[in-house]
Amino acid sequence: MQVTMTVNDVEVTREIEGRLLLVHFLRDTLGLTGTHWGCDTSNCGTCVVWLDGEPVKSCTVLAAMAGGHEVRTVEGLARNGELDPIQEGFMQCHGLQCGFCTPGMMMTCRALLDRNPDPTDAEIREAISGQICRCTGYATIVRSVRWASVHEASEEVTA
Amino acid sequence: MQVPAPFEYERATTVDHAIGLLERLGSSARLVAGGHSLLPMMKLRLANFEYLIDINPLHDELGYIRVEDDAVRIGALTRHRELLESDELAAAFPIFREAERVIADPVVRNRGTLGGSLCQADPSEDLSAVCTTLDAHCVIRGPGGAERVVSMEEFHVGPYETAVGDGEILVEVRLPRRPGHGSAYEKVERRAGDWAVVSAGAAIWLGDGGTIVDARVGLAAVGPNTTGIPEISATLRGQAPDEQLYERAGEIAARSCDPVTDQRGSEEYKRHLADELTRRTLRKAVERARS
Repeated sequence: MQVTMTVNDVEVTREIEGRLLLVHFLRDTLGLTGTHWGCDTSNCGTCVVWLDGEPVKSCTVLAAMAGGHEVRTVEGLARNGELDPIQEGFMQCHGLQCGFCTPGMMMTCRALLDRNPDPTDAEIREAISGQICRCTGYATIVRSVRWASVHEASEEVTA
Repeated sequence: MQVPAPFEYERATTVDHAIGLLERLGSSARLVAGGHSLLPMMKLRLANFEYLIDINPLHDELGYIRVEDDAVRIGALTRHRELLESDELAAAFPIFREAERVIADPVVRNRGTLGGSLCQADPSEDLSAVCTTLDAHCVIRGPGGAERVVSMEEFHVGPYETAVGDGEILVEVRLPRRPGHGSAYEKVERRAGDWAVVSAGAAIWLGDGGTIVDARVGLAAVGPNTTGIPEISATLRGQAPDEQLYERAGEIAARSCDPVTDQRGSEEYKRHLADELTRRTLRKAVERARS
């Protein structure tokens, strides 16, 4: 079957099998390997991408289901060559070690800040509660999101 | 790599279109909404279908929460996140928000639906316990637009089996509203997003004098069938709520359920939880009914 969707603002059309999962469509068909593929059972959250602006676990969404919709991956976080404050925050606050969970974490945290620009630590932990990091103990991820939140707020003041 | 066996993907654009596709394709077809139960089962070959009919485009038609005087009506394609975030629903039935907070995780809640949860009919599934507790009625639409309404007891036929037949689709869940209501939900889980070790929901309706007009308890993960426990309702009706009464209800819950020992806990521990969580939720439901 043929599927057409918008991925990171670019319309793509491909011939696919009905059973193809979105995570494999992104990685194998489009070559966007920033999205990671982990547990296969929607538990680990490393495959999180946005479907129409909402974080979803792409190992449990059919590529066909995304047809006609907008998908955004970690490759689409930076705009005009500038890192998103979330990406900058993960760099500044050591929000990753091995980096495996990082793309999913950043997509979920970006969506969180879009809805709630000044989240508490508890709200950040709740937002990423469906995602697993085995390096950081989550403390530096929470700090990274706080960094992004504070810097976005100060940028708005100066702008 | 885990992927489902090959199937044909179909996309329904209206409820009637979905029913038409189901009629044409028969039992070789299955509806898929959020897919967070069905797709993992298909990956593991626990379920195999020749056709999957994607009903996500029906969200405009079946995604709604309508709070009316005598009932709350919820469309089957309403997503967990919408149920969690609805202030109106939380005001009418506090149990809903309490349960939704502990169902799966925020990202999964973006996709999963009320109807999908009920139709999956997993004995550990939380919304089945919530709907049982609230005496929900399920509206099932079939060929020609004919609708029938069944109680949760009738809806839940057994594990992974419901009253929804071939060519039919669950379209709405109706929750009757009565005065003097309070409700609560408690879940014990090993980690965030896991299935329950045991969950319990309680709903209370108090009369003018503060006595119990009606009470219902629904449990999850304590046996093959998540149905209410009529003996608890019969014991509580007409009584003034107090600790002794909650204790009696807890005892009934512990001996009426049918848990098995597994990696989440021993049978004995689960019976203890059924007892304790029944007491806790009843206590909280009564407090809420009074305030």
